[in-house]
Amino acid sequence: MTTGSLTAGRTRFRLPRKQIPVLATLALLLVMYAIGVSQYTAFSNVQVIFNVFIDNGFLLVVAVGMTFVILTGGIDLSVGSVVAMTAMVSAALLQDGMPAPLVLVIALLIGPTLGLLMGCAIHFFEIQPFIVTLAGMFFARGMCTFISGASIPITDGFWTRMSQERIGNPQGNFVSISVLIAFVVVCIAAYTLAYTRLGRNVYAIGGNPQSALLMGLPVGRTRIAVYTISGLCSAIGGILLSFYTLSGAPLIAVGMELDVIAAVVIGGTVLTGGAGYVFGTVLGVLVLGVIQTLITFDGSLSSWWTKIVIGGLLFAFILLQRLIGIRYK
Amino acid sequence: MTDSRPVLTMTGISKSFPGVRALHDVNFRLFPGEVHALMGENGAGKSTLIKVLTGVYDTDGGAITLDGEPVSFTGPMQATAAGVSTVFQEVNLCTNLSVAENIFIGREPRVFGAVRWGEVRRRARALLARLDLDLDVSAPLGSYSLAIQQMVAIARAIDIKARVLILDEPTSSLDAGEVAQLFRIMRQLRDEGIAILFVTHFLDQVYEIADRITVLRNGGLVGEYLTTELPQLSLVERMIGKELDVLEGIEEHSRRDLTALEEGTPLVAVSNFGRSGAVEPFSLTIHSGEVVGLAGLLGSGRTEVARLLFGADRADGGEVAVDGTASSLRTPAQAIDHGVGFCSENRRAEGIVADLSVRENMILAMQAARGWLRPIPRRRQDELVDKYVKALNIRPADPEVPVRNLSGGNQQKVLLARWLITEPRLLILDEPTRGIDIGAKTEIQKLVAQLSDGGMAVLFISAELEEVLRLSHKVAVMRDRQMVAQLANDESLDADRIMQTIASGSHREEADR
Repeated sequence: MTTGSLTAGRTRFRLPRKQIPVLATLALLLVMYAIGVSQYTAFSNVQVIFNVFIDNGFLLVVAVGMTFVILTGGIDLSVGSVVAMTAMVSAALLQDGMPAPLVLVIALLIGPTLGLLMGCAIHFFEIQPFIVTLAGMFFARGMCTFISGASIPITDGFWTRMSQERIGNPQGNFVSISVLIAFVVVCIAAYTLAYTRLGRNVYAIGGNPQSALLMGLPVGRTRIAVYTISGLCSAIGGILLSFYTLSGAPLIAVGMELDVIAAVVIGGTVLTGGAGYVFGTVLGVLVLGVIQTLITFDGSLSSWWTKIVIGGLLFAFILLQRLIGIRYK
Repeated sequence: MTDSRPVLTMTGISKSFPGVRALHDVNFRLFPGEVHALMGENGAGKSTLIKVLTGVYDTDGGAITLDGEPVSFTGPMQATAAGVSTVFQEVNLCTNLSVAENIFIGREPRVFGAVRWGEVRRRARALLARLDLDLDVSAPLGSYSLAIQQMVAIARAIDIKARVLILDEPTSSLDAGEVAQLFRIMRQLRDEGIAILFVTHFLDQVYEIADRITVLRNGGLVGEYLTTELPQLSLVERMIGKELDVLEGIEEHSRRDLTALEEGTPLVAVSNFGRSGAVEPFSLTIHSGEVVGLAGLLGSGRTEVARLLFGADRADGGEVAVDGTASSLRTPAQAIDHGVGFCSENRRAEGIVADLSVRENMILAMQAARGWLRPIPRRRQDELVDKYVKALNIRPADPEVPVRNLSGGNQQKVLLARWLITEPRLLILDEPTRGIDIGAKTEIQKLVAQLSDGGMAVLFISAELEEVLRLSHKVAVMRDRQMVAQLANDESLDADRIMQTIASGSHREEADR
């Protein structure tokens, strides 16, 4: 996996403590998969894994954006609403007959613009990210219902093609376009974090913002950038969601920001910032997806069990991070 | 030391803040290949001078030249780029990043925008080798001790074409061995022709390393001297601007008869008091009017003892008697009820509330003891605060100034006043004089002596043995989280004997986390 080499630049030969959470997530994922395979014969079908990606592609993209934010020690609560708003705006504009490319451009601009504004508010007015993005969350959700109180179906040709296109092998296994897009986003993000100054500044700010400032790093610019990136990722996630559902609905993706944060944290990114990898986030999203799949395969369990399991896992992982953090001192 | 042209000159530097004249008409020059100590009490203008030099502050007047060219930096980054690098007291690096990255972040070698990690590591290794340091450059910085982190900060500072290196109190949290290592590096850099501006409060260190000394007092220049031509006593006199006889007064006082004090019931007696992982069980008695010194190296468990006695950490076992009756010190609230006060060593994080005024900070502990439902009348507050501002000579003598505007020494005095107002029976002072200047230090020492004369018991923790010896009736010695000895402070006790006690039994470990 490309992102595996992310750890270049760090110790390669030992097992550094900061990578323990990622490895723990990987182990967990393998165990869950093994359980699935041993319980249900159909689980071993490769398409099961592909479906996890298809069903969670948009979540993965949004989680990648969130990884940037959390690495700086921030939080972005607006992502779920921005996803919904992007889908809503696309659906509404397409309904009005606007050509698809133009709709795409507009939809992809809204998220980063809101992110940029939130980042500026956080940086220039020194307001807690929690409050600023909470405001952003309410604003974006409000805009959804302002556009339409009811769900708007999408019938545009480009959208339906993107939705139905299957990229597969002769055996009949396939993924959607969304998965490819998500994969590209993951690769770009991983590269950015590992090999660019922007990425390294993100880690430095998460480690110690005061020091980062005194080392002459562009703290303000980087902070604004991560919220803009998160906004862009939410916008892409919103487009992917509208490919997936072929509609825009005002109350879709409610509470998604919390799933996203859970995925990032389970993926080993420390909430206080400074440590974590995009690869971990991919694993975190997969863990969430596999839990859902297991519960679907079981058939008798309520889907709320997903939440219960995620809650337990989240708690366990935060505890693990804390323990490592304490020993690290 | 060379006779060549100065690499840096500052002439006629003035700087005022609203209501304060921080610097007026100060001259300063720095030659290549010298270590130049900048000395002065807290508030003398050392930090301001450095901040003016590195462009953190604008000047109100005066000129700075670098290599003969007039310069005016707009910030530390620009100063660094021009070859004037600063390493601050607190290590300003990111412990979550690798050693190599800490040295190069912000100026990593890149190809098409991508950081060349191999090159970064190679250069970091070369640079550290120059400083004679053998580190794993890929390991996170946080896995090394504070001293090593400081050296990495220096490595970062000198990487570029640094010609002037400013070290702002780099030694305040290092132990003796680490200081020696730092000095070795400083000498080496000096020999390579780098001009080093060194700020410290430790006089001995100045005489060990500095070639030249500039003394500031109250924002003005006192003079520039060759270290060899300025005896230590003259230096101190020039720093505080008066003859130094106060210290001797204290000296006389302390060597009192311990046996007389130790008659009667101890104020606090603990036995088998300990906490696993923090400090081995110990026994200690403290009588009214007694000053018990606690000596030991950094990390030997001194602070842990203090925290146990104050109930900030809970002891695993052991007995506590207060005034001869069995009792307990399980929480700070209980300790305060028994009349115990605790001035933490970490005054910025655990003591001072920077945004509150001097008055509000002083009143805090007393208000807490009374309960929040019974506010202290403003007149009573003013009386108390006035009394202590005068008694402790707190400057500026304005109780409504936010504490953040005070110098470190004055903040420490405010913290002391906070506990003195509550009239504690046992006052625990953890490093009350660390990082403050000799004048304030003397005042605090004098105060401790007075308090004990007045019947207050004091547990005095300090890394400076001289100070412990000067004040204490009894010295408890800590080593490796054990209380290894309790020595009566009589004629036979001196710093050497305490050092021996600290050192004996086990080889000395460098504080390495």
